[in-house]
Amino acid sequence: MDKEQGKTAVSVENLERRFGDFVAVDRISFSVASGEIFGFLGPNGAGKSTTIRMLCGILAPTGGTGTVAGFDIRSQPEFIKTRIGYMSQKFSLYEDLTVEENINFYSGIYRIPANRKRERKEWVIEMADLTEHRSSLTGVLASGWKQRLALGCAVLHEPPVIFLDEPTSGVDPVSRRRFWDLIYELSGSGVTVFVTTHYMDEAEYCDRLGLIYRGELIASGAPEKLKTELMREDVLEVHCDKPHEAMELIAAMPGVKEAALFGRGLHVVTDKGEQVLRDLQATLPAKGFAVERIEPVAASLEDVFVSLVENRDREEEPQREVRR
Amino acid sequence: MGERIIRMVIKEFIQVFRDPRMKAVIFVVPVLQLLIFGYAVSTDVRHVPTAVYDAGNSAIGRDLAARFGSSDYFDITDYPRSHAEAERLIDRGDVRMALVMNEGFEENLRAGRTAHLQVIIDGTDSNTAGMVLGYVAGVTADFSQEVMMERLGRARGMTVGQEAVELRTRAWFNENLESRNYYIPGVIAMMVMLITLMLTSMAVVREKEIGTMEQIMVTPITPLEFILGKTIPFGIIGFVDVIIITVVGVFWFEVPIRGSLLLLFFATALYLMTALGVGLFISTVSGTQQQAMMSTFFFFFPAVLLSGFMFPIANMPEPVQWLTYINPLRYFLVIVRGIFLKGIGADILWPQMAALAVMGTTILWVASRRITKTSS
Repeated sequence: MDKEQGKTAVSVENLERRFGDFVAVDRISFSVASGEIFGFLGPNGAGKSTTIRMLCGILAPTGGTGTVAGFDIRSQPEFIKTRIGYMSQKFSLYEDLTVEENINFYSGIYRIPANRKRERKEWVIEMADLTEHRSSLTGVLASGWKQRLALGCAVLHEPPVIFLDEPTSGVDPVSRRRFWDLIYELSGSGVTVFVTTHYMDEAEYCDRLGLIYRGELIASGAPEKLKTELMREDVLEVHCDKPHEAMELIAAMPGVKEAALFGRGLHVVTDKGEQVLRDLQATLPAKGFAVERIEPVAASLEDVFVSLVENRDREEEPQREVRR
Repeated sequence: MGERIIRMVIKEFIQVFRDPRMKAVIFVVPVLQLLIFGYAVSTDVRHVPTAVYDAGNSAIGRDLAARFGSSDYFDITDYPRSHAEAERLIDRGDVRMALVMNEGFEENLRAGRTAHLQVIIDGTDSNTAGMVLGYVAGVTADFSQEVMMERLGRARGMTVGQEAVELRTRAWFNENLESRNYYIPGVIAMMVMLITLMLTSMAVVREKEIGTMEQIMVTPITPLEFILGKTIPFGIIGFVDVIIITVVGVFWFEVPIRGSLLLLFFATALYLMTALGVGLFISTVSGTQQQAMMSTFFFFFPAVLLSGFMFPIANMPEPVQWLTYINPLRYFLVIVRGIFLKGIGADILWPQMAALAVMGTTILWVASRRITKTSS
């Protein structure tokens, strides 16, 4: 796998997928370096899964080009399939087969050499922590185990690139954390990880992110870069009592673009940070809110994402009016 | 290539046999169907409940009625005292047939005139009614013949004991005309079609529904390996069912098997190809298991009705008869009945086998073309 290092694992140019009139993926271009953890971030229905399915060779693109592990996604999907692992949103192993039977099945389908089969199987069982459940039906396992087994089956054949489509949806936080440890481990051994998510905390774990919204790639870069360079607005964190009621009041104040609950407080997005800060300090106590503190903070990924999405909507609004 | 197919086959077998309902469908249902057709379903018409109304209450009327009663086909159960009462018995379904002799039946006969025997049959079940009429005609003809002979004898003053033409019937292949012998080989054709069709049509669509299909499509498996992996297990199960039904049919119901078992298995293989092909095709056009189930039955019921399993194809309207030519069940029925009852071989059955081979390869080819790993 080391020979892949420094190369491009995934690259797409103007990749497009239409379903009739609906454009699910709108001419996106990006590339992922070997060994990188690339996070594909976006709300449900943004086109994350559609993109992944095109990259994995199970959905034909309607436009654009791309390569995965050095093979063309249009003309060589079957070559790609020998070099990738894929884990879909939905648990997609056989629930009526035992853990071992599932592993044996995929180990046969991937034609893992006979002398390595045993070793790979034990590796998966150990990695997924399923030693005690190796003969259990997969259907009865808790979701965290299922997730790890699915990952194990996806990397049985030691692919250089793996695609994980919302791998941790519906999994408890501890299992999520463990799952990400496994992803780091794989990445550490040189595997390229392409992962979609809508969890902002997970996005922070990625080396690089692509933000997809309504089928378009609206930003990409390392999480730090996105937070510092792409956020045009200031963010104020407000801690006060009755944050719900305060939110409505703040959202209506001049200069405020967005007010949202964030943890126990509120995040207020504004173009004019200092002026709004002064306004808030004056208005909130006057309206009877007990203010704990109000301070400018670094934008979180969520702030960045929301801000980018809203700017996008504002830009597109007039166009969409015309289209109607 | 072999390893993937073997893995697929093992996986399908584990799944089928881990499901108790599936096990029942595969092993119990065929035997149950066989028992039903062996014991309950019989088109032999016997013991038809019959009412006799003889208005003149004559000796000759009683004699005629006794001839009906002594045959295996009729049971005289009622002696109504009026025509209206006889009609009521038919209306209520107490009897299926009424023999009515009017006043003067005996006198007419004695006087050398034609006497009229009225037969009222419950025609709601037209098949049975038709057969009953045949028996009635037989009994009446015998009686008539005797009366004629007697008259002739009286006229010439001698006894005439010889008939001009004597009818001697032999039913070949099914000497006692037992409907069980006719149906049980047919049950093989029907059950094997139903079970392989159901298993195959569910096999692919279930994976589509639960999402495992996508996972397989991301592996380097080839479509051919996938199709073979999805059909070989159900083909084997089909074969096992043929063997079960044959064994029970031959040893329990004593259905004769006069032809070659080897030929039966070879023809079964051809027939299974058509069933697996249709099942696979249904699986590729269906989105959900319910759809697949519905499509299976939409295919299966007409296939059984238009196969000659119960209703002779020759009796169907001509356009419908043409339709039966694309029905694999039609050909296989000819083959199984031919092998079981007639003991005929490939020299006679080759056209049917060729038809199955052509249909099987065609439908399998069409279905496999529809399985693509990359959806467009």
